[in-house]
Amino acid sequence: MFGVFLAFKNFNFGKGIFGSAWCGFDNFKFLFKTSDAFIMTRNTILYNVGFIVLGTVLAIFVAVLMAELGTSLKLKFFQSSLLLPNLLSWVVIAYICFAFLNSESGFVNKSVNRWLGIEPVSWYTEKNAWPGILLFVYLWKNAGYTSIVYLASIAGIDKSIYEAADIDGASRLRQIFSITLPLLKPTVVIMTLMAVGRIFFSDFGLFYQVPMDSGALYGATQTIDTYVYRGLMKLNDVGMSSAAGLFQSVVGFIVVMLANGIVRKTDSENALF
Amino acid sequence: MCMPSNHKLFYRFCVVILCILTLIALLPLVLILMASVTDEDTLLANGYAFIPAKFSTAAYLYLIKQHATILRAYGISFLVTGIGTVLSVLFTTMIAYPMAAKNFKYRNVLTFFVFFTMLFSGGVVPSYLLWSSTLHIKDTIWALVLPNYLVTAFNVILVKNYYSNNVPDALLESARIDGANEIVVFFKIMLPLSVPVIATIGLFTALVYWNDWINGLYYISNPGYYGIQNLLIRLMDNIQFLKSGAAGSSLGALSVKLPGTAVRMAMAVTGILPIIITYPFLQKYFIRGVVIGAVKG
Repeated sequence: MFGVFLAFKNFNFGKGIFGSAWCGFDNFKFLFKTSDAFIMTRNTILYNVGFIVLGTVLAIFVAVLMAELGTSLKLKFFQSSLLLPNLLSWVVIAYICFAFLNSESGFVNKSVNRWLGIEPVSWYTEKNAWPGILLFVYLWKNAGYTSIVYLASIAGIDKSIYEAADIDGASRLRQIFSITLPLLKPTVVIMTLMAVGRIFFSDFGLFYQVPMDSGALYGATQTIDTYVYRGLMKLNDVGMSSAAGLFQSVVGFIVVMLANGIVRKTDSENALF
Repeated sequence: MCMPSNHKLFYRFCVVILCILTLIALLPLVLILMASVTDEDTLLANGYAFIPAKFSTAAYLYLIKQHATILRAYGISFLVTGIGTVLSVLFTTMIAYPMAAKNFKYRNVLTFFVFFTMLFSGGVVPSYLLWSSTLHIKDTIWALVLPNYLVTAFNVILVKNYYSNNVPDALLESARIDGANEIVVFFKIMLPLSVPVIATIGLFTALVYWNDWINGLYYISNPGYYGIQNLLIRLMDNIQFLKSGAAGSSLGALSVKLPGTAVRMAMAVTGILPIIITYPFLQKYFIRGVVIGAVKG
């Protein structure tokens, strides 16, 4: 906790936290004067919004499909295979991406682009491609996990509602839109609010390992977490780095409290605290 | 099963879409597996491909030759996963115990500490300085075990909720009446009754430790303490690193052509091997764990 002081100090390794001179809000002033602060905050928020929206839609879609299978062996197979990417570390996923995107021998350049007759692309310097790539990698890793959560929620829906709809002659599609999706709403709201609470935090592995720490991509891949890491370990800029970290903590804390407050208002059962 | 025909059609549609999604989920893994058994010259000419023109086990033979570095990294990873999981489960269940005890006076204070640190922290920089310059754990095995994962608020809450919902107070009370102190109650009654939730957090904690590379990135600079994940990071930057680990072989190895492109992928396969091997047996518990963790985090 005392580390909070760091953000307001002109840190000197020799003198330690308490020995270093105070510098008030200078670290923050410097931080927000640079374009870095804007870029990393924008990236963090925009990526998270994309992850929340597309992640939720895809996960519900998969969960609805899986719910159609009942409790069969097929379901187990699909669940297990879709969950598998979630168990891999970001390092291994970075290797997999490298196998696809590497400019000399990557699968995309050597096979896909050759078939399509497109010139090879140097992916690790091509900034504009990365929002799409990161979004895809995120969904690839996490969609299986979230869909299992939604599937559990669908499984909790009272079966007699579906039977009644069957008797009334409703088609399967009709049942999904009129029964499953409306009854999933509370779960979606909770999951989304919890994700919104983490909107100032990014998955360090996704933004650091997957783009291979490539400098040309910083504009598209720099988030608050990678900035803090680079500031601390690569540039040794403790002041800026801890200012960015504290900025993230404080704003993140406010957002979490707000999100939780909203959950508690709508559905106190599901509030975190 | 008796279904109206449009249901049957819809069912088939679902299966087809799910098959496609499963392929998308699994094919990337197949690609690295295939790349690792492709002949190096073929790789350089055709790139990574799902069906290699020419197979070769050179990459794996090379890894076997460099087994000293790899086995060491494997050893570190297994050791860290083992110590980390045991300590983590022990501390998590122990801190959750008073939080669930209704007669504990400082229960709210304790709960506040756990919650507050989950929601608010000084960030990475202060904890880095604490671990590295105050506690001096850099380049020790503890650097891989203690920071970040040992006790997470999420697990504590999960265990605490399990205690409060599934272990009847009367059971604990009767043990106390029989003269058992809190330590005996905890180990003899609470823990045996909480096996399901312990299995869940244990499994996920083990996975987290096995997959961790962040602690290694921050706190380890001596390659002797690299686990398998950090070895993989190092190899991506520098394929020569494997060689430098095997002392004395540098002269002999120089004359052999280094199958760098395939070796990288072979290393990645080596890194996920334990997960792939155990997954068929554990997938049931993983799926159950996802559901438990989500229902009340």
